[in-house]
Amino acid sequence: MFKIIKREEPWKWGALVILLGALLFSLAVSALLLVGQGKDVFEGLNILWQGSFGHLWALEGALLKAIPLFLCSLGVAVAFRMQIWNIGAEGQFALGAIGATWMALSFPDLPAVILMPLMFIMAFILGGTWALIPAILKLKLRVNEIISTLMLNYIAILLLDYLVFGVWKDPTSFGFPMTSEFSSNAIIHGIGGSKVHWGLLFCFVVGVGLWAFMRFTRLGYELQASGEGARVAKYAKIRYGMLVMFVMCLSGGFAGWAGCVETSAVLNRLQPSLMVGYGYTAIVVAWLARLEPLNIAFASFLLAALRVGVENLQLELQIPAAYGSILEGLILLSVLAGQFFLTYKLEPKRSQVK
Amino acid sequence: MKKMLKLFVAFAAMALLLSLVACGEAPQEKKAEEPAVEKAEAPKEESKNIKAGFVYVSPVGDAGYSYAHDLGRKAVDALDYTTTAFVESVPEGADSERVIRNMARKGFDIIFTTSFGYMDPTIKVAKEFPEVDFMHCSGFKKAENVNNYFGRIYQSRYLTGMVSGAMTKTNKLGYVAAFPIPEVIRGINAFALGAREVNPDAEIRVVWTKTWYDPALEKDAAKSLLDAGCDVIAQHQDSPAPQEAAQEAGAYSVGYNSDMSSFAPKAHLTSAIWNWGPMYVKMIEQVKNGTWKGDQSMWWSMQDGVVDIAPMGPMVPEDVKAKVNARKAELKSGKDTIFAGPIKNQKGEVVIAEGTTAPDGDLLGMTWFVEGVVGTTE
Repeated sequence: MFKIIKREEPWKWGALVILLGALLFSLAVSALLLVGQGKDVFEGLNILWQGSFGHLWALEGALLKAIPLFLCSLGVAVAFRMQIWNIGAEGQFALGAIGATWMALSFPDLPAVILMPLMFIMAFILGGTWALIPAILKLKLRVNEIISTLMLNYIAILLLDYLVFGVWKDPTSFGFPMTSEFSSNAIIHGIGGSKVHWGLLFCFVVGVGLWAFMRFTRLGYELQASGEGARVAKYAKIRYGMLVMFVMCLSGGFAGWAGCVETSAVLNRLQPSLMVGYGYTAIVVAWLARLEPLNIAFASFLLAALRVGVENLQLELQIPAAYGSILEGLILLSVLAGQFFLTYKLEPKRSQVK
Repeated sequence: MKKMLKLFVAFAAMALLLSLVACGEAPQEKKAEEPAVEKAEAPKEESKNIKAGFVYVSPVGDAGYSYAHDLGRKAVDALDYTTTAFVESVPEGADSERVIRNMARKGFDIIFTTSFGYMDPTIKVAKEFPEVDFMHCSGFKKAENVNNYFGRIYQSRYLTGMVSGAMTKTNKLGYVAAFPIPEVIRGINAFALGAREVNPDAEIRVVWTKTWYDPALEKDAAKSLLDAGCDVIAQHQDSPAPQEAAQEAGAYSVGYNSDMSSFAPKAHLTSAIWNWGPMYVKMIEQVKNGTWKGDQSMWWSMQDGVVDIAPMGPMVPEDVKAKVNARKAELKSGKDTIFAGPIKNQKGEVVIAEGTTAPDGDLLGMTWFVEGVVGTTE
């Protein structure tokens, strides 16, 4: 019926068509699932919309959730662009949270202007160092970084557990695993009267900073060039080993910042429930956004909004929580699968006689 | 790449525009908040409908912890003046705060947050919504409009320990434990005290999984205990996997949360079970009458009907059943001597002296094992 032909020219507006098409497709399938549950489809979609974008509080919730996703995702993307497969954002996130907590608990009385930078610096150092381990293993011993970064996630989470179950446990918590609450100086507060905190501004600064760095500095240029592979880089006399270490540090540092922001702004203390898998979701976001900083911002916001919206759907219509995961999976899958049509097109097969 | 960027800008602009339009309909949002305000003015109105919200940490279909809470919700829902709603699989931390706030905003009169990690978020949201009543399960904080509540499930553990102690042949009981927090440790201690009351030679081997729900891991932990010679497996997690492991090995098992007999009918001796219905219904009645009071720590017992044990299996001999039922009757009548001294720790030192009973504060912060438990509290 159809044959697959490679596109010779890029499809103008193709990306938009595909994204909207994929969204439409997934929503249609989800609507069918709603029918299967015996719910009113239009009411369902309306509730989903209201809960994702339809109210100020919904936007607020989505923005809040997007902040750690964005930072982790940015870190992951930096490494991916150099074809370094850092799957360890989750662990680096944990180390960042540990670093920030360490400072917050050690110097609770320092004024915020000193304590805050200290927390961010320590979060970056610990997160970056954690990512540096697989980088060095890769360079010196040729250990595959996919495995080592993934494994280090478990170690990082166990380390976090060790600290909150042990030395950092709040003596007034009746033995529950959590540190004492941070002093007000160590907490990132909301902007104005809203729930959205100053971490949002921080995201903006980091995003623009990274973009400028990649675009206007020599190192940034080298990074982009090395993305083509180690051999190309060596040919161009770029210090590939140095770059790998640098890029992993940066990648881990960003995830560390995410951990710092989340601990300080949202939980106000370190506890195991901090780890909800942002580091893994970040990988999906990064790919969805094709590793572009601005796209990452939108993709993290969209994904966050979707999750928030699905909660609303659960509450209003009493559908199972698994529905949200299905909807999310559908969207991701159809968007990614839709990319196929950017490079290829289907043409109706004509009869042999021309 | 440029194209993608353009596309996302276009899409985002569209989304923002649409959402702004929607936000423009501010009156709609107001509507949702109004009932809550009215409620404060007229709490005694007879025909008032009570809206109760429940937040669960796991799916309700898990036969475990959230399932038990949801049975309580259903009891509330059966009242003719209530509507209920729940949100399941809500991660502790930031996500739970949003879910709880969303409920409070939508005019729920009382909100039950049923996992420990919801404590800080509950307190935070409660401060913003003074007209809404909150019940937080298994924590220790309270406020003007927040009660914390839990049940003395250790009483059930004690009874299941008695059954296990009587049924073991190797005198080794395995305990697949969740997290080393007081709630779990207290349960293990009560189980050990019960087992050793009927069988002074019994020892309780503890393995920590550090999970609440991870069937594969929990099954492995149970297997390792069975390999070490244990012939009864008790558990604290939500999955029935340890039950299955016990049945496969031809050993006995003790379930938790709800009656787990259907998962391992040949192995299942009994289960320590939750029965939240009576408590939840009572809370709703109080909200309706306007007699609900905040700032309390509620730790309800077998006497109040919140905790119980599942019917004992056919393999349990009648004399054991009689003994356990006699003890259960005592507990039902309000006589609780489980943590009455003398009770020794693992080193053999007397921690709870003869003639005294551990006060609730000590029980709630318990971080040591009683004599007869093999394992560490870390």
